[in-house]
Amino acid sequence: MSALSILIPAALFLGLLGLVGFFWALKNRQFDDLDGAAERILLDDD
Amino acid sequence: MNAITPTVTPYVIELPEDVRRLNLMVASVHCAGCIRKIEGALHKTPGVINARVNLSTRRLVVDWHAPENNASRLVQLVSDLGFPATPYDPEMLSGANAREESRLLKSMAVAGFAAANVMLLSIAVWAGYDGGMGDATRGLFHWISAMIALPVVVYSGMPFFKSALIALKGRSLNMDVPISLAVILASGMSLHQTIQGAQHTYFDASVTLLFFLLVGRYLDRRARSKARSAAEQLVTLTATSATIVNGDGSMQTLAVSQVEKGMTVLVAAGDRIPVDGQILSGESDVDASLVTGESLPANVAPQTLVYAGTLNLSQPLTITVKACGDGTLLAEIVRLMEAAEQGRAKYVQIADRVAAIYAPAVHILSAATFIGWMMFTNAGWEASLMAAIAVLIITCPCALGLAVPAVQVVATGRLLQHGVLLKSSHGLERLSNVDTVVFDKTGTLTTAELHLTNGEDISDDVLALAAALAQHSNHPLSRAITKTWGQRPCPDVSNISETPGFGLEATQNGKNVRLGKADWCGVDLDGIPAPFASAVIWLAHEGSEPLQLIFQDTLRNDALETINALRASGMDVIMLSGDRESTVSQMAQALGIDHYAAEQLPAHKVHFVEDLAKAGRHVLMVGDGINDAPALAAGHVSMSPASAADISQNAADLVFQGNSLASIPASIRTARMAHGLVKQNFALAFLYNAIAVPLAMAGLATPLFAAVAMSSSSIVVTLNALRLRLTKWSISS
Repeated sequence: MSALSILIPAALFLGLLGLVGFFWALKNRQFDDLDGAAERILLDDD
Repeated sequence: MNAITPTVTPYVIELPEDVRRLNLMVASVHCAGCIRKIEGALHKTPGVINARVNLSTRRLVVDWHAPENNASRLVQLVSDLGFPATPYDPEMLSGANAREESRLLKSMAVAGFAAANVMLLSIAVWAGYDGGMGDATRGLFHWISAMIALPVVVYSGMPFFKSALIALKGRSLNMDVPISLAVILASGMSLHQTIQGAQHTYFDASVTLLFFLLVGRYLDRRARSKARSAAEQLVTLTATSATIVNGDGSMQTLAVSQVEKGMTVLVAAGDRIPVDGQILSGESDVDASLVTGESLPANVAPQTLVYAGTLNLSQPLTITVKACGDGTLLAEIVRLMEAAEQGRAKYVQIADRVAAIYAPAVHILSAATFIGWMMFTNAGWEASLMAAIAVLIITCPCALGLAVPAVQVVATGRLLQHGVLLKSSHGLERLSNVDTVVFDKTGTLTTAELHLTNGEDISDDVLALAAALAQHSNHPLSRAITKTWGQRPCPDVSNISETPGFGLEATQNGKNVRLGKADWCGVDLDGIPAPFASAVIWLAHEGSEPLQLIFQDTLRNDALETINALRASGMDVIMLSGDRESTVSQMAQALGIDHYAAEQLPAHKVHFVEDLAKAGRHVLMVGDGINDAPALAAGHVSMSPASAADISQNAADLVFQGNSLASIPASIRTARMAHGLVKQNFALAFLYNAIAVPLAMAGLATPLFAAVAMSSSSIVVTLNALRLRLTKWSISS
């Protein structure tokens, strides 16, 4: 039982971390230009 | 780039600290090189703070310091690099849509998070049924689930609740009504159970249900917004301007919307005529193909009426404006088109047709369960209500919600991959039951490019001479000659002059050479049989017999193959054209089309298509010209090539790229397969219900059973949709 008091918060925390990460990426427009990112990798200056 | 200069200012957004922002559409960016060229040049420009190209949406955002630069100059700069740029207002164009899409994505992420965590807890509870999990632990798990699930249901369920409310207010039922009801009741009942310390809760079912449905909805929306953004670009690129000649002879550029009746407009050679008007001075050839559908230019002189959207080919013209904006023939065609489109708005999609039967059925079954339990058992109202809610959850159309979007997404992606853009949401569904295909001739079955047909009968010397003259002219026939001759050297000719409407004249070694109409070359047509041709011109070289050059509209390479494939799959093929009877019948014969109509005006075409529809046919209209646009809108479904007039591409449900017509039968095949898969998916969903509902009505559906049934049916439906990818993209089966 006592393991649960650590594991459940840990599971929830990790899940939330992923969710927050996703929202961060969304807010920072990481998904706006998927094709552009793939092509930009070929540019060596900038 | 005058077209942009006068209208650029309204699109500039003012940011703090004197920073200005401009959003531009740059349709021609396609690779890393383009990005570097544009961004590199802009970053070197004084005042520019930031320039960023978005390759997915083909758009460019530029921020600059206001005192150091101005919008027109930046637009000019990008355009000069070879990327024509059009400013747009991001709010007007896709602001609301983008916001809704991002809201769906967020809802999906939140539901996904909740589904994973609640499922984690639920699996422990299920495993504990036999393993002897204590009541306290189970209670704790239920409470944690409730705390995760309830806020998530409120947040992620909102898109469904809103849509259900709208439907109910309109006194109708859509798929979202049973979804919302099931999610709300399941969550409410589970909360009640949790408080009571009971064994079963359905938090997992309600959040996974939301998650799966949001996945379907997001994919569906994304596929469509991609197609829509391409269509939006077409619309905005139509903005044009006009050069006005004032009374004192000075000139001024105005947006077309500012031009008034009675003004004098100057149209340079090579420009599109922006208004309907009468020619004041100048003589030229006008390519009216966008209006009449025909590729051969018409000769115009003072007093001739010309129409907006036609192209002035050879000489500058001044025109007195007779009509502009809403009064033009072009606007009249648009009105015809809009009227024709209203019929299409009545179309009800298969998903809504199913929902119309399904939603009431679910509610009746659920109510019947409650009444049945109350009447025939002594379980009390609480247990009866639980059984009724279990029925709602079990029948909740998880697989049904995915049945259409999953197929739609796979099919849209597949079409896009082969250069076919699906523009309307139910275009695919309508394409699947097409039984008649109506083709426009010029520009659709043919490439609208003329080619020399009797090149073999003419010696190279003569052809070279013709090319030497022709290369100085912009007339389509001249271009056809130079194209035939290619890069080979031409003989020297001097004193070349062009007389619009007649032909070209030059001198070679002191002898007069003429290329043009028969009377221009001094040929008496009496007694000479008229060859089958789109056009004939003559070449007269002083001292030798005049020769005729015969031109024909070029059929697309796979026109015959396409028509045969369509016929083989049981479709009736019809050709409609604005061209002369003789040309059309000859072409019909060559293609093996028995059913055709010539000399059709835009209104005739609409009536023709509408009559077919009245006779119970499902017509696929394929056309490219502005004259086809109303007929495109009137068709059950419509396609146009990417080379079509903007307005026609707008009216069409699907736009296909490239020179091949093979996309048409291939798209129909894809649509039919997709429709078959949708039906199979519905059948699978019903089959699952047929098994699960009786169990739920008997009170045997545990949360575990609900979770397994729901996930497995969703996965089966999605996998079934993916089968579409396995089939080959080909012209015939």
